[in-house]
Amino acid sequence: MSLRDFARSKDNLNNSGLNNASSVTLRDVSKSYGEEWLSDDVLKDVSIDFPAGELTVIVGPSGCGKSTLVNLMAGFEQPDKGQVLVNGEVIHGPAKDRMVVFQETALIPWQTTFENVIFGPKMRGEKSGKALKDEAEALLVKVGLGEFIHKYPIQLSGGMQRRAELARALINEPTVMIMDEPFRGLDAMSRSLMQEFFLDLFEENKKTNIFVTSEVDEAIFLADNLVILSNKPTTVQKVLKIKLPRPRDYKMLTSAEAFEYKREALELLHDEAMKSFAVLK
Amino acid sequence: MSASSQATNGQNKIAKPQGFDLLIYRVKKYFGRLDPYLTILGIGLWLFTYWVLCEGLQVWRFTKLPGPVAVSKDWFSTTPFQGISIFTAEYYDHIAVSCRRILIAFGIATALGVPLGLFMGWSRSIRDYIFPLIEVLRPIPILAWVPLSILLLPGFEWPVLFLATLASFFVTTLNAMLGVDSIDEEYFRAAGCLGSSRWDVFMNVVVPGALPFIFTGLQISIGVAWFSLVAAEMVSGDLGLGYLIVDAYMNNVTVPMVIAMITLGFIGYFSSALVRMLGNKLMAWHVKELNQQGR
Repeated sequence: MSLRDFARSKDNLNNSGLNNASSVTLRDVSKSYGEEWLSDDVLKDVSIDFPAGELTVIVGPSGCGKSTLVNLMAGFEQPDKGQVLVNGEVIHGPAKDRMVVFQETALIPWQTTFENVIFGPKMRGEKSGKALKDEAEALLVKVGLGEFIHKYPIQLSGGMQRRAELARALINEPTVMIMDEPFRGLDAMSRSLMQEFFLDLFEENKKTNIFVTSEVDEAIFLADNLVILSNKPTTVQKVLKIKLPRPRDYKMLTSAEAFEYKREALELLHDEAMKSFAVLK
Repeated sequence: MSASSQATNGQNKIAKPQGFDLLIYRVKKYFGRLDPYLTILGIGLWLFTYWVLCEGLQVWRFTKLPGPVAVSKDWFSTTPFQGISIFTAEYYDHIAVSCRRILIAFGIATALGVPLGLFMGWSRSIRDYIFPLIEVLRPIPILAWVPLSILLLPGFEWPVLFLATLASFFVTTLNAMLGVDSIDEEYFRAAGCLGSSRWDVFMNVVVPGALPFIFTGLQISIGVAWFSLVAAEMVSGDLGLGYLIVDAYMNNVTVPMVIAMITLGFIGYFSSALVRMLGNKLMAWHVKELNQQGR
């Protein structure tokens, strides 16, 4: 069975519907770090709408503050100015409705895959015992890790770790998934498999997905909306609607339409990248 | 996934030997490698040099020291010439007293130092209260504490225990704190986003995440406990291996002095091996991580 079949065969994961997706809005968000007089602005008056149930990809030159955006939306950090709204309400700190999948991996190394997956519900005391165990196991089987339930993260391959992390997020039934360059560091083959796997999951649950990446191809392949950022201080350059049909297939990336998106995105990004390159010089 | 299940099954071609067979297998495997022979060679060279200096060529000042032959003759004799051998009860009294003191001192230092260090790493304000104080007290050498401890504490036993505890307490505390510092911020964030309370984070992230550093600290701290114990016994003891060394020196019997030193070395070695084993038992994930890196 292929990964896609695994993703498609998942039936009890979620009954799709808009009630399990929330909209996320950034309103004039600014953020800077360091001493006041240095005023190293990372974000300046950034406003982005993430429509409920859609997959929005944020792409920008490296070091432009994409991770800062993630930290603000997850609630790990507070904006200096402006607001982060979920379903129209200002957020206060991290919460289980917004799950983050981290760069590289943040599976807890001293817990087995299974312990990692049940961590959230167990800590919140929502579910326990056999019900939780069965749910976690079913979920791990669905992501193709049925035989690796009691392994430690270090014993899994990169792609397996990302799938375990997806399972750890999904068991909490979040309404928003925030993915911070989740497939970075994977080899090209695992990366494209993971992209397809992830798309199938999305097309099935239709949760609000916010996906951060620095790869244009990946962005176009996944996105409903493509948010292109500028260099520091980061602002939104352009939001592209990607109208490739769903379910998506890798071959679509070679279509004329996809090329046109790519050309436009690359032009915008290239100019920005050149600016930061010039600054470095 | 069927491919991977075949791979897992394929690894179990040989049934795992049980009981005594397993032991034989392990021993054979161990002696199949180069390391044990290097160890034996190392010890042999050291013993040979010792013998050449003291008994073979009798080089200058080394004539004052008993050589390996003289020491082992007395050590394994039922009627030791200089009073201490594996057949005298006195030898075991000294060992037992020192071991008991280490057990108490190391136990107290660990019971106080680990939680204190963890809390210091976990909470900024606890660290602000305590860390500067510890950093000022830590560099004061143990021997400098001797007069104070004799003035302050009654009898022989209390000052000795206090001195042995003190040194190992500092090491343990500092390592536990650094252990918390070493934990990746992402694990705290992941736990926060999964809805853990502050206490859950402490129990599930802080404590297990700091364990590798804690056990490194404990291995150092048991060593430190031994050498501060011996220093303390030399100054204000009535029994124990440290006392035996000074007592032998004072009475001009050098063989028990050397026996006590070597005994200390072995007991120290085994005690830190014990701590290491306990650590590996508690940190299966860490052992696997190290194996993965080929260490």
